[in-house]
Amino acid sequence: MRPVATTRSATGMPTARLAVWWLIASEVVIFGGLLASYIMHRLAHDAWSVQAAYTNTWIGAFNTLVLLTSSLTAVLGHKAADEGDGERAAKMLGFTMLGGVTFLVVKAFEWTIEIQHGFTITSNTFWSFYYSAAGLHALHVLAGVVVMGIVAASARKNEELHRVELIGLYWHFVDIVWIFLFPLLYIAK
Amino acid sequence: MAESAHATHGDHHEQSFFIKYLWSTDHKIIGMQYLFTGMFMALIGGFFAYAFRMQLAFPGLDIPGWGTMTPPNYNALVTNHGTIMIFWVAMPVLIAAFGNFLIPLMIGCDDMVFPRLNRLSYQVFLLSTLVLLASFFVPGGAFGGAWTAYPPLSAQATYNLTPWGAPLWLLAVALEFAAFLMGGINFITTTMNSRAPGMKMHDIPMVVWMIVLASIIFMLSVGPLFAGAIMLFFDQVLGTGFFDPARGGDPVLWQHMFWFFGHPEVYVVLLPAMGIVIDIITVFARKKFFAYKVVLYTTFAAGVASFTVWAHHQFIAGIDPRMAHIFTVTTLMISVPIAVIVFCSIATLYGGSIRFTTPMLWALAFIFEFLLGGVTGIYLGAAGADIYFHDSYFVLAHFHYTFFPIAIIGTFAAVTYWFPKMFGRHMNETLGKIHFWGTVIPFNLIFIPLFILGLAGQHRRIYNFSMYPDLAKPEFQDLRVLATVSLIVMLAFQFVFLFNFFASMIKGRKAEKNPYDANTLEWTTESPPPHGNWKELPSVYRGPYEYSVPGRADDFWPQNEPS
Amino acid sequence: MFEAFRVEALSTFASDIDDVIILVTVLVGFWFLLAQAALLGFCVHFRQRDGRKAQYIAGEGKKQLSWITIPLALIVLCDVYIAVVDGPVWKKVKETLPEADRVVRVIGQQWAWTFVHPGPDGKLDTADDIETVGELHVEVGKVHHFELSSRDVLHSFSVPVFRLKQDAIPGRKIVGWFEPTGTGTYDIQCTEICGIGHGLMPARIHIETPEQHAAWMSERSQTLLASTTSPRAGQE
Repeated sequence: MRPVATTRSATGMPTARLAVWWLIASEVVIFGGLLASYIMHRLAHDAWSVQAAYTNTWIGAFNTLVLLTSSLTAVLGHKAADEGDGERAAKMLGFTMLGGVTFLVVKAFEWTIEIQHGFTITSNTFWSFYYSAAGLHALHVLAGVVVMGIVAASARKNEELHRVELIGLYWHFVDIVWIFLFPLLYIAK
Repeated sequence: MAESAHATHGDHHEQSFFIKYLWSTDHKIIGMQYLFTGMFMALIGGFFAYAFRMQLAFPGLDIPGWGTMTPPNYNALVTNHGTIMIFWVAMPVLIAAFGNFLIPLMIGCDDMVFPRLNRLSYQVFLLSTLVLLASFFVPGGAFGGAWTAYPPLSAQATYNLTPWGAPLWLLAVALEFAAFLMGGINFITTTMNSRAPGMKMHDIPMVVWMIVLASIIFMLSVGPLFAGAIMLFFDQVLGTGFFDPARGGDPVLWQHMFWFFGHPEVYVVLLPAMGIVIDIITVFARKKFFAYKVVLYTTFAAGVASFTVWAHHQFIAGIDPRMAHIFTVTTLMISVPIAVIVFCSIATLYGGSIRFTTPMLWALAFIFEFLLGGVTGIYLGAAGADIYFHDSYFVLAHFHYTFFPIAIIGTFAAVTYWFPKMFGRHMNETLGKIHFWGTVIPFNLIFIPLFILGLAGQHRRIYNFSMYPDLAKPEFQDLRVLATVSLIVMLAFQFVFLFNFFASMIKGRKAEKNPYDANTLEWTTESPPPHGNWKELPSVYRGPYEYSVPGRADDFWPQNEPS
Repeated sequence: MFEAFRVEALSTFASDIDDVIILVTVLVGFWFLLAQAALLGFCVHFRQRDGRKAQYIAGEGKKQLSWITIPLALIVLCDVYIAVVDGPVWKKVKETLPEADRVVRVIGQQWAWTFVHPGPDGKLDTADDIETVGELHVEVGKVHHFELSSRDVLHSFSVPVFRLKQDAIPGRKIVGWFEPTGTGTYDIQCTEICGIGHGLMPARIHIETPEQHAAWMSERSQTLLASTTSPRAGQE
């Protein structure tokens, strides 16, 4: 039933991987636009460092570690999928999802504390950027976790194993975005 | 490598209307969905133009079909006319409708590589359409801050007085972008990976190349505006201050984000129209396209260059004046690749045997009209002259001389040319030519007066010029009336098209496989193509423009014919 | 018949801008007409005729491509020439600021222009400042600086007879200049959409001789003095 179109590969690269790269390219410019705006504003407003001092670098660092670890398990999942071990791939993706969920839970606590201290999205444009950029990123984490769950479910049955690599690619991208966000929002005081 | 299309094609059972036309993953059906939605929106956008042109010609008149025009009405109509014509007509018709219909047929495969993503793309687009239309029926009415939506006006309801209209407008535009990102990934990957065996890079028809390049330009330019839309939405709904100078924001930032997308967007819609025109010209001049490779690589260059000109929209917007010199140079230089494409199209006619069919007339009219739109851009690219012309009717006439050929003439060229393939029947040529002259002549009579008014200093988005003594002279009003009457004439002739379109769909002369003796692959299958497009998918042996090859009896040489 | 559409050129840089426009018209007009002539000429000459087959021209090789490359090289020259002429004009209008004889303040708001003129003492922010709504009074032959700002959204201060236009941005003060070269009363426009009243904020510029200007100023100063007891009565 699948159209022939979906089975061809004139470039030699599987279509799905090609599509994920284009998806990532389009996301790069979205985050690029947001972060470039933030950097330009930040350079123009020295006073924002007073606000930035209230972000919790340790929580940010912990989340960075969590995401990096989850990327590692995504790589291990890809390796297992390449070897045809769907069950192990699913397990590794499970660890990655656990990392994603941990990241989100920590983020939720972090934001709750900040909001309780009165740092809301409208209190200052630094905080507007903080919540918008991190929030957009968190949505990507959430989407990644959900899709990964679907991929893992079929991988467990040794089906559609090539998708393990694709969701891994996406997950690395989400990870790299955070690698930019962490110093920009937390370390730069 | 012979691929036989899947067996289910021949004997698929009767499907319900819903499954067949509204839930289909077939690229042809999705193309039609985009086409019909785009045509419907064009009627709305055209009606808006009628309503506000009536107000300009006859201020205060009780406009038939609309009523009395208030200033908020006027602003909302002008804003949404622009928004609709670019995002809901030009893009869905030129890129999505013809991209969907043509790409698989012209590269010789049976569908898009992601058929379900394709369906989702249309559904999101339809949702965006409904959101935009809904914004007219909310408290405060539709957004009226121009299609560029400059903050702070667009950011705060206290300024724009459309607390619902502005966020809904923004939401609709963002959804539309999302739909086109999905569609774009499909177009790009399908063309990259699913070409017929033997179809090399230089065997791809120009129109497919152009749609793919347009999708790439769109994908790489829309990101910052997407981020900007999120920021603006938060400003509107949550009350953040991204674009509010009182709270450390910067309203000019939006302009950069908007035009970083907005100028490439011109090429996003221009390129598919150029591709359509090139394909039609080669067929009806029976000529090989002049300098295919040169045009292809210049188009790449134009795509890259289109990212370097955006600030010419902001010369007088308060950017650093020294920047203007750089953007003047880049803007003047982008005329060069566009000139290459246009010159090569004209050169293709040289030595041809030109048949003036309706699609050919549209294609030639595209070049004829677009030339004026192109050259008047030079005035606006030169920063010094732009001081006078910025936000005048000169700008308005200039971009209508580019966008009308692109979105309207290009669309009519494509619809009349591929109609037999889409619906299996021919359109009526006589009605087609009546519609052609009835559209193109009034078009010039609308916008040449507006060029003159712009030269005379008439500024844009003003609903009643009687308050400006210098602009309220009777001679000015005469030109406004001329433009409005011409518009009404032009709109009236569109009913000829609608009649021809729908009547031909039912009663037109049956179309054969290849009525124009064209080379490209879509003409090698039935009209209309069955589900799956071919019984056996074609292979490709040569480029798409081998017309009038010396030593051959036929003056065409289909791409799939083994030598 | 086009006399009614002529816009007077009444500032020291207006004719420079007009010269750029004329230059562009000449250079671009030539290419425009040439391209249209080629298009129409080919259409007529190469129309379908019995017994004639189209030629096979690939458009490859130096000789054939020179039909494109030579015109393009000339177009690049034209572009460069336009940029070279245009640059100094832009610089004169927007990047230089000649010594001011007088400074006026221009304030955009939804939906009116407010103008603050220095009173007889020639200085702003003194008691004799003259504030008007919808009318700007300037004196011919004097270099004026304008300090442009906005109270709410973007506006754009445009005086067609001066060929002058500048956006007003809330939170910023943008300084520009003009020197009128002729007298009369003309439109001031807002050329950036600023809300539902965008079409309802016309203003007029009164370019006056020194005598007229002095007379207007003394008349306004007297009204101002007479009305100091009732605030805001001196507006109009």
